[in-house]
Amino acid sequence: MLSRDEIYSIISVIPDPEIPVITIADLGILRGVEVTGNSCTITITPTYSGCPAMKVIEDDIKSCLLENGISDVNVKLVYSPAWTTDWINPAAKERLNAYGIAPPKPLIEIDLLAGKTEVIVCPLCGSKNTVEIAHHASTACKALFKCLDCREPFDHFKSH
Amino acid sequence: MTQQEALFNYLLRLGDNALILSYRLGEWSSNAPYLEEDLALTNIALDLTGRADALLRYAGQIEGKGRTEDDLAFKRDERHFYNNLITELPNGDFAATIARQLLYSTFDLLLYEALTKSSDATIAGIAEKAIKETKYHIRHCTQWMYRLGDGTEESHKRTQTALDELWMFTGELFEMDEVDNVLIKDGIAVDLQSLRSRWNERVSETIVTSTLTRPTDGYMQSGSRKGVHSEYLGFILSEMQYLPRAYPDAKW
Repeated sequence: MLSRDEIYSIISVIPDPEIPVITIADLGILRGVEVTGNSCTITITPTYSGCPAMKVIEDDIKSCLLENGISDVNVKLVYSPAWTTDWINPAAKERLNAYGIAPPKPLIEIDLLAGKTEVIVCPLCGSKNTVEIAHHASTACKALFKCLDCREPFDHFKSH
Repeated sequence: MTQQEALFNYLLRLGDNALILSYRLGEWSSNAPYLEEDLALTNIALDLTGRADALLRYAGQIEGKGRTEDDLAFKRDERHFYNNLITELPNGDFAATIARQLLYSTFDLLLYEALTKSSDATIAGIAEKAIKETKYHIRHCTQWMYRLGDGTEESHKRTQTALDELWMFTGELFEMDEVDNVLIKDGIAVDLQSLRSRWNERVSETIVTSTLTRPTDGYMQSGSRKGVHSEYLGFILSEMQYLPRAYPDAKW
């Protein structure tokens, strides 16, 4: 049986099914690995309650471990502490930006209820002259923006 | 009533509200005023489906008879659903959907904020997740309330009509019975009456800012705590449950 750390490093590189430039470890949804005898329990936390990627991620974890000879795998979903975009590591935020998705900002003092709009920098041309088109977009975790300088639409990973 | 029975029923209430409202919001898919609004309403529906999934799964564990979240969603009859009547009402026009979102989501936020302090760790965890998403739901409907209420004569009229018609379904949100009392004693459930004045303040504030009039409290419709529903729930279930009932062991 592989050690906890070995298992962690094997599954930590599994890419997010929606945004393949970041891994489940980068996203902060991989919360823990426990090994008991020949079985292991992987704890993950959903980004949004209804995120359809969670089932895919669970299957990816199981098939990845099966390839490494571990068949007794239990994937546990935990809700607390609630996932936040603050758990996405800085390098991954840069990769998001390079991929064309404006990364989330630190959550400090963003008042969701007040609906204050943040200044989001266009990932394509770097302009701050951008505007939100739709708060709910291609996936639950993203909003749709457009740049008023380069005129391109782009996704923004919402601070959550 | 044992604590286990009460908790099972309480989780069904929470889960059914999320499931049935999610179903109604999902009906806006391809029918909303424009594409972005389609996505907004169905995204909100998706949050609620996820919440229902977690709550009904936990309900099945508490019941201890091996029923899964899918069994509870798709193989229960109408009289064993405990969602509030307001969630099952037909969508009506867009104004009615937005007005319901305001009345219901404001309640949802206060309820789940209080449930983060529940002595039941699973409920507290689900609640912690739920409030983050419910804030988006309120932000969405509040912006629409301003635009519809303070919009054209027609949008103002329709939104006011929606509020007037939905108002008699808001009293039920705060109803409590033995289930609540058994669980409040152990710090699991929330005293719903303690949320009422804050709900009233918040809802009234949005209504007034939208240049609309808060309806006056009058007769309040009731029944869901006992599984007594409007004629609409049966139609929802016959559609929602059709496939799993016709092909009981079907798997994706």
